[in-house]
Amino acid sequence: MVALEAETGCPTYGGGEEGVAFDPAPFVRRDAAGRMHLELVVRGAHCGACLSRIERGVRALPGILDARMNLSTRKFAAVWEGALAPIRITEAIAGLGYGVAPFDAAAIASDAHSENRLLMWCLGVTAFASMNVMLLSVSIWAGLGVDMDVGTRTLFYWLSALIAIPATLYGGIPFFRSALAALRQGRANMDVPISLAVLGALALSIYEASIAGEHAYFEAPVMLLFLLLIGRWLDHNLRDRARAAARNLLAIQSLPAVRLTASGAAEAVAARDIVPGDRLLVMPGDRVVADSEVIDGDSDVDCALVTGESAPVAAAPGSRLHAGVINLSRRLVVRAVARSEDSLVAQLTRLVEAGEQTRSRYVRLADKAARVYVPVVHTLAAMVFAGWLLIEGSVHTAAVNAIAVLIITCPCALGLAVPAVQVVATGRLFRNGTLVKSGDALERIAEVTHVVFDKTGTLTLGRPVLAASSVDPEMLEQAARLARISRHPLSRALAHAAGPGLVAMDARETPGEGIEAQLDGVRMRLGRASFVGAFATVPPYGKEGEALSLFFAREGGAATRFTFDDVMRADVRAVVHALEARGLRVELLSGDREAPARAVGEAAGIASWKAGLLPHEKTAHLAALKAAGARTLMIGDGLNDAPALAQAHASMAPGSAVDATQSASDLVFQGDTLWPVVEAIDVARQSRKLVVENFGFSALYNAVAIPFAALGFVTPLIAAIAMSASSLVVTLNALRLNGGRKAA
Amino acid sequence: MDALAWLIPAALALGGVGLLAFMWSLRSGQYDDLDGAAQRILTDDDDRPA
Repeated sequence: MVALEAETGCPTYGGGEEGVAFDPAPFVRRDAAGRMHLELVVRGAHCGACLSRIERGVRALPGILDARMNLSTRKFAAVWEGALAPIRITEAIAGLGYGVAPFDAAAIASDAHSENRLLMWCLGVTAFASMNVMLLSVSIWAGLGVDMDVGTRTLFYWLSALIAIPATLYGGIPFFRSALAALRQGRANMDVPISLAVLGALALSIYEASIAGEHAYFEAPVMLLFLLLIGRWLDHNLRDRARAAARNLLAIQSLPAVRLTASGAAEAVAARDIVPGDRLLVMPGDRVVADSEVIDGDSDVDCALVTGESAPVAAAPGSRLHAGVINLSRRLVVRAVARSEDSLVAQLTRLVEAGEQTRSRYVRLADKAARVYVPVVHTLAAMVFAGWLLIEGSVHTAAVNAIAVLIITCPCALGLAVPAVQVVATGRLFRNGTLVKSGDALERIAEVTHVVFDKTGTLTLGRPVLAASSVDPEMLEQAARLARISRHPLSRALAHAAGPGLVAMDARETPGEGIEAQLDGVRMRLGRASFVGAFATVPPYGKEGEALSLFFAREGGAATRFTFDDVMRADVRAVVHALEARGLRVELLSGDREAPARAVGEAAGIASWKAGLLPHEKTAHLAALKAAGARTLMIGDGLNDAPALAQAHASMAPGSAVDATQSASDLVFQGDTLWPVVEAIDVARQSRKLVVENFGFSALYNAVAIPFAALGFVTPLIAAIAMSASSLVVTLNALRLNGGRKAA
Repeated sequence: MDALAWLIPAALALGGVGLLAFMWSLRSGQYDDLDGAAQRILTDDDDRPA
């Protein structure tokens, strides 16, 4: 957590995101009592200080009854009465420096939440039941053959039954449901033997209690369920995180827009209500919510979401803008040419969904093991039953021994050990700033043979940095005074290079052109060549030379040129080398032109690179690799990479990537280095090794225990000890993953 | 043996109290925001769960 906070700059200046307010009026709900409810996704809040600052900021508004921020889900909920305009709330949060997006509660089903709650209830019930049944069982075991008579033992059995029957039937619901669903589709999953063992043990125990027998296993079903529910709950929590990321993607799609009515008045509408032909007002800092055409105004726009390239692009009447583009400098009026759900962002989202569907067919290790395990165990149990029936002719003895086999072989290692390893592995990666979004992602990363990088934003930092060679310190300091008032990416890079310092108080920014101010009585300008050239001498550099440059001059003087580069991450070469040392093939796929792609490829030491690729060409290349038998790990950051990320066998995105890309990828890493890629592969391989070890251990345990159970030597006491011992061993083995240290 | 007549109900009742307490905490949303709860203790605001 500490590492993550350091990266995002919290809590010094909020989230470091653009704090832009929008009018959330279309998302306000009114309840029966006349109170207003609004839910928002707040980005950039990471710590307790953010939390109380946001809540206090909103509670200060008139009429607010409750304002509560949830730090786990990044959701903010406000309730108020009276005439408070909803935009005051988003303004209050954005004013503190946090990013706000609407949370369209109607668009998101809350089934994940109720599933989590059911698992918690089951966990609570089975924990209570196993403690109390164990209390009775231990007394029985201690009194066996000593001084407990049959009457007392039967009384204890019935008391156990009183607790165990409802607890098993309730606590087993998640397993019974999943087993039934699998059986209906004609296949068997891990939950089938679990359900059979649990119900079989319960039924046998009730029968034993009713005939005052001694083979009652009331503690077995509740304890089994308790242990397995822990595994199930851990697994579910891992998946929940992936869903939280997907919710952010939905939040972009439900962004509101400002529509101009026929009379010229502005009204806030939800993106889904926009129809082609609507005139929309896009203020600086706003996102375009539907594919559209500029009809009035000219400005610079940030297309990073769509193309992955960070340099601003000019927009003038007639320009086509894709949904997701951010307006940087001046007011634009655009006409929508497509509905929001037909826009490019939505189409990319569908490509992502298609990719994720093919990926969801991935069979997890535990399920692969279950496919072998289930028929073997059930055949064994059936053979034991038939064998005893033939030898002894007693249905009772045959049933007791067959159920003992089912209980002993109940797949604890599969149900508990795999999630335990994955939770420890994801915890270790999280502490180093890498978020793992699903448990099977680690399994897939352990299998990759090819690593494919995007260029801009992945191998490079994806933001302009002042080229050091061209800097005159005095000029830089003066130019920075002007640059500090601006939000333009190049101004920010300039201000960042100069460090903290004075601000030109009278500076005025002409959007799309530059900044003008008076310093020591002299007028100065910082901006594009034409803007500065209007009152100073700017040598001609040509269009290529003026791209990614800022010009700065005193009135009548000669202009200084600041050039910017998108610099490579510092450890790219070491990472490529480390990946190759691990037997992986490294490739570079770029949407950029050939020259920069080659330069980066050579600097990084990547021999195999392709330039000028469109999103679907990247996807096609990955599909070709897949057809050739390769398993790819794709690493990218732009929205144009999202389909490729979803198509790849496994994927990673840097934390600076757009939401859609983060949600399409399996892992998200923070920071300015690429080393997390190597670390993720190492941890994934190590955890696969541990999982396989755990399977091996449980196979060994079964090989030893099954003969005893089949021959009728297993008593309830032995079954209880064997079960907990095997669960303990696989969990301890999982914890070994924490001991590993980062290799240099 | 007479002791069992009240020891067992007492044990069950104590366990039941624990179970009820857990269910109450679950129902009142105390597990909904584990990260936030860890941070809230650090602020001095008078703060109640919603």
